[in-house]
Amino acid sequence: MLPRAEIAHWLFAAGFLFFALVLLAEAIVGPEVFRRRRWRAYLWPSLALFAGVWLWVIAIFSTFSTLHLLAHSAWAEAATAAGAVQLAVVRGRLRSPYWSLVTAGALFVSGAPFLVHEQNGWLFSRSAFLHHLIGWTLVAAALLPVGAALRPRRAIWAYGFAVTWIAIAVMLFTDRDIAPIFGHLSDLAGGGAR
Amino acid sequence: MNELVTSRADRTARSRAVRRGFRVLVVEAIGPLTVLAGIVWAFAQPYRVTFFYPEGKGFWDWVVQPPLLVVLVGLLFAILVAPGIVEDLEADERGDAPAG
Repeated sequence: MLPRAEIAHWLFAAGFLFFALVLLAEAIVGPEVFRRRRWRAYLWPSLALFAGVWLWVIAIFSTFSTLHLLAHSAWAEAATAAGAVQLAVVRGRLRSPYWSLVTAGALFVSGAPFLVHEQNGWLFSRSAFLHHLIGWTLVAAALLPVGAALRPRRAIWAYGFAVTWIAIAVMLFTDRDIAPIFGHLSDLAGGGAR
Repeated sequence: MNELVTSRADRTARSRAVRRGFRVLVVEAIGPLTVLAGIVWAFAQPYRVTFFYPEGKGFWDWVVQPPLLVVLVGLLFAILVAPGIVEDLEADERGDAPAG
């Protein structure tokens, strides 16, 4: 009854898309107007924490490979840490803009396992391609919260962060367990599942 | 002051109102555009919608249909998030107290 990996990825894609739309709305209207209703201010930290909890659940079920277990645990840890710190920022417990460096770290720590645990080249299969693409996207996106920490008044970081999650959602929606990428699919892809 | 000459304060206020109106429009458009993207995707790749190709599909294939998830996300945003933001932007324009 457990869903296939691609099904779990599409569910996460939907969650990330909603997360991205919330971030985009905040970037458009600015944090002052956006956080006027308390529940809205808590939306993105709560979504990050929620994603973290579900990633832990997936880590528990990723028993088919140690690499996947470790990768999902790293993503769960990163999402939980970013959500918790952002929650404290919204609540007013943490005030320094430098706390967004935790989000930067979480993005980097999320991107690195994608790159490390993908042992095949870009065109091995669609899944391999997406691992490389998502990994590098997250590593590059880690610069956005760094920008927000150093130049907090500029809206470009918030727009960039929102667009990053739209891109991640699109990438996850294109994922299939076994599928070609630009006409390439290695004979070794999928192992015994093909 | 001549009525053809606009004061700098008037111009600033007008451009601020235009920008706010544009932001209201964009926030209101995010949900419907997302819904539209999901519908276009469903027609572009109908094999990703189980309703169109039901043969041999299991429980999860019926629950998780990517283009319909996109439509759902757009609807959730348009119904739950966007109206409050627009209300607060308009209240901000009128100079009302925070909604809380």
